[in-house]
Amino acid sequence: MNALILTSLEQGLIFAVLAMGVTITYKILDIADLSVEGTFPLGAFVFAKFAMAGFSPAISSIFAFGYGAVAGLITALLFVKLRIRPLLAGILTMTMLYSFNLRLNGKANIPLFSYDSLFSDISAIVLMVAVVVGIKILMDLFLKTEIGYLLIATGDNEALVRSLGENSNKYKIIGLMLANGLVALSGSLMAQYQGFVDITMGASIIVVALASIIIGETVSKSSSFLSITTRAIIGAVSYKLIGGIAIDLGLSPTDLRAISAIIVIVFISYNNFSSPFIKSIKKQGGRARVKSKKPLEEL
Amino acid sequence: MLKVRNLWKSFNSDTDFQIDVFRGFNLDIEKNKCTAIIGPNGCGKSTLLNLVSGSLPVDKGQIILNGEDITSLPEEKRALKLGRVHQSPSMGVSPSLTILENLSLANKKGESFSLKGLVKKRNLELFISMLKDLDLGLEDKLHTQVKYLSGGQRQSLSLIMAAMKHPDLLLLDEHTAALDPKTSHVVMEKTRELLDKHNITTMMVSHHMGDALKYSQRIIMLDKGKIILDKPSADVSEKELLDIYKAKLAERIIA
Repeated sequence: MNALILTSLEQGLIFAVLAMGVTITYKILDIADLSVEGTFPLGAFVFAKFAMAGFSPAISSIFAFGYGAVAGLITALLFVKLRIRPLLAGILTMTMLYSFNLRLNGKANIPLFSYDSLFSDISAIVLMVAVVVGIKILMDLFLKTEIGYLLIATGDNEALVRSLGENSNKYKIIGLMLANGLVALSGSLMAQYQGFVDITMGASIIVVALASIIIGETVSKSSSFLSITTRAIIGAVSYKLIGGIAIDLGLSPTDLRAISAIIVIVFISYNNFSSPFIKSIKKQGGRARVKSKKPLEEL
Repeated sequence: MLKVRNLWKSFNSDTDFQIDVFRGFNLDIEKNKCTAIIGPNGCGKSTLLNLVSGSLPVDKGQIILNGEDITSLPEEKRALKLGRVHQSPSMGVSPSLTILENLSLANKKGESFSLKGLVKKRNLELFISMLKDLDLGLEDKLHTQVKYLSGGQRQSLSLIMAAMKHPDLLLLDEHTAALDPKTSHVVMEKTRELLDKHNITTMMVSHHMGDALKYSQRIIMLDKGKIILDKPSADVSEKELLDIYKAKLAERIIA
């Protein structure tokens, strides 16, 4: 397999964990949660902290998930208890996390090459497929539970959740914790994969996540056969492949962010305008096939 | 059953735009009856439902349900005793879930929600019989997402979901106002069947005089937060109601 495609695939699967996390907030709860810009590097820094302290890579990754969940809890409490708007709550958490991440190891940039990682003994692609499939199955199972359905209903119609005697805020908290836990886990995986941690690694990560989700949505749009988790995975992998191909075609890696944003713009506008557009094409196609201009009676 | 005592509610308090909706309002609702509440826009009928359900906090006064003072209970705790169908057909359902999933959620009301699977086969027969009673063919669409249903179908589903656990009091908040006349009639008939079958005490807010008279046992007309008519529905004619309505509207225009 082409090295570039393999790398894109591996990174795509790491971003699939991120995209599945953001799916919970963006797709299910309908909240634009920007704290992920802080929780992605948080996962990486927490991993570095624990790995350097001698913990195993697996335990360090679990710690990353836990810290991410706590960051999600902070965002949730900011808007549930203090009634700060979700968008601003996310920005505030992200800003706090920037300082926290720097303080965690006292450095903005940490090489991890000399430490063990989850990828030390097993090929990245095999491990990532296992991790992504595992998370997908767990998340699908969770969404079929009573609590899972209430999480979906909270994003859909909070009044219904309250009418069932449940406090909808509880489900927003659960959702944000899970989402940010997964994002931090994705950040820790990325740190292990690339062998270093950097304070800038979270910048515009939300665009990557949204691009993945939106691409995933566009794939066989009308089919209800694909679950939202599958769509997130397909989206993240396609997104990375598109980026990989762009670089292969000679674009500089520094152009990638602009490309991410353009991908989001193209796919959202495609989703917004596709139906009438496609309908008009179909209509024209129909007209083109009817070559005879004679009135029906004559025919 | 339901007692409302010395209820006060204002909006935009302490501003130049203060609106006093209720100033010492009292009301008693009897058990097993459907009480219709009518009145011109701004008379306080929707506010009353919101205060009873807990969607709005009261300024002063008490709301007592079955002898228990529920005034300070949060909305979701009160919901365990109440059922409510809103005006908008989307308010009572979760549109991205299927009919079966929506009914399964409603069937869990009042119980604790856990990490067990929600949809259970053993409830299927119960749900199908409920949907068959509606006679809208929904029993064949169990796996259809609710967002693909018509307004009337969604509102009928909201109704059986709200009434499923036989609430102490059912609040109908102009629940047919967003539907066309024919569908509205169907939903009202289904409402009556359901209420009669389970003997559910109901407070129904309506703009439609005819429906309010036809489907209730008692009729209350509000104006400016006061009861201006309170009679058994059988003793009132639609014309009588309309005359009062017109007089009140004329008063407003002159004022």
